[in-house]
Amino acid sequence: MADNPHYTKYHPKWYRHKVPIFWWVHKWTSIKFITREITSVFVAFYAVVLLFHVSAVAQGPEAYDSFLSCMKSPVSIGAHLLALLFASFHSYTWFSLAPKGLVVKMRGERVSGPVIAGAHYVAWLIVSIVVAWIVLSA
Amino acid sequence: MKKSNEPFWWALFAGGGMLSAFFLPVLILLTGLAMPLGWVEPPSYEAALSLLKHPLTRLFLLLLISLSMFHWAHRFRFTLYDGLQLKHLHTLIAVLCYGTAIAVSVVTVWVLWRV
Repeated sequence: MADNPHYTKYHPKWYRHKVPIFWWVHKWTSIKFITREITSVFVAFYAVVLLFHVSAVAQGPEAYDSFLSCMKSPVSIGAHLLALLFASFHSYTWFSLAPKGLVVKMRGERVSGPVIAGAHYVAWLIVSIVVAWIVLSA
Repeated sequence: MKKSNEPFWWALFAGGGMLSAFFLPVLILLTGLAMPLGWVEPPSYEAALSLLKHPLTRLFLLLLISLSMFHWAHRFRFTLYDGLQLKHLHTLIAVLCYGTAIAVSVVTVWVLWRV
């Protein structure tokens, strides 16, 4: 009788709503959402480039020179231009969402969202200037 | 109920999101475009090495590279789940994404240690 214990004769078929792969192309907000998610690929790309950069410096002058000439190839320039656009979009969306996760009170009043986001944009600008100053004056 | 480890991965995601949002655009602009295109002079080898020898630089680079990878791992995992409807492969995808981030972090520690 119990030869096949997994067999059930009248097992129902579960209802599953089929979602097409490109469900997100029809709406601007979902395109923006997917674009924001894709920025992470460029974040990872540059993290790995940075690791190669550090590794080249660690290996010696020849490795450093060949790394710098690799960065001059048209493929690298194109990839970094794309990475800059996506990374900037990541920064923009990240800081614009900052008020959602951050409640700041001043004199008992809650600081409004645009002020918190604006403070992050200003901090981003200052950080960028400081980093550029450190790297360029090295 | 099984205790979820989701907050742990989320914290790494958020830390990496914050660091990369502040630091990546300027670094990409400098090292990926401005220096290769000759707009600014790249640091000499000696200058780059002495900058890298500073413990704070190394700590910063470790946090930036590692947390950026964990940021990617977490976000890309959900992109594959929701964007490409691959929820049924969730264990494999999680292992591949976080595994890559862990591997890159280990290599980064190793490279920075030997400077």
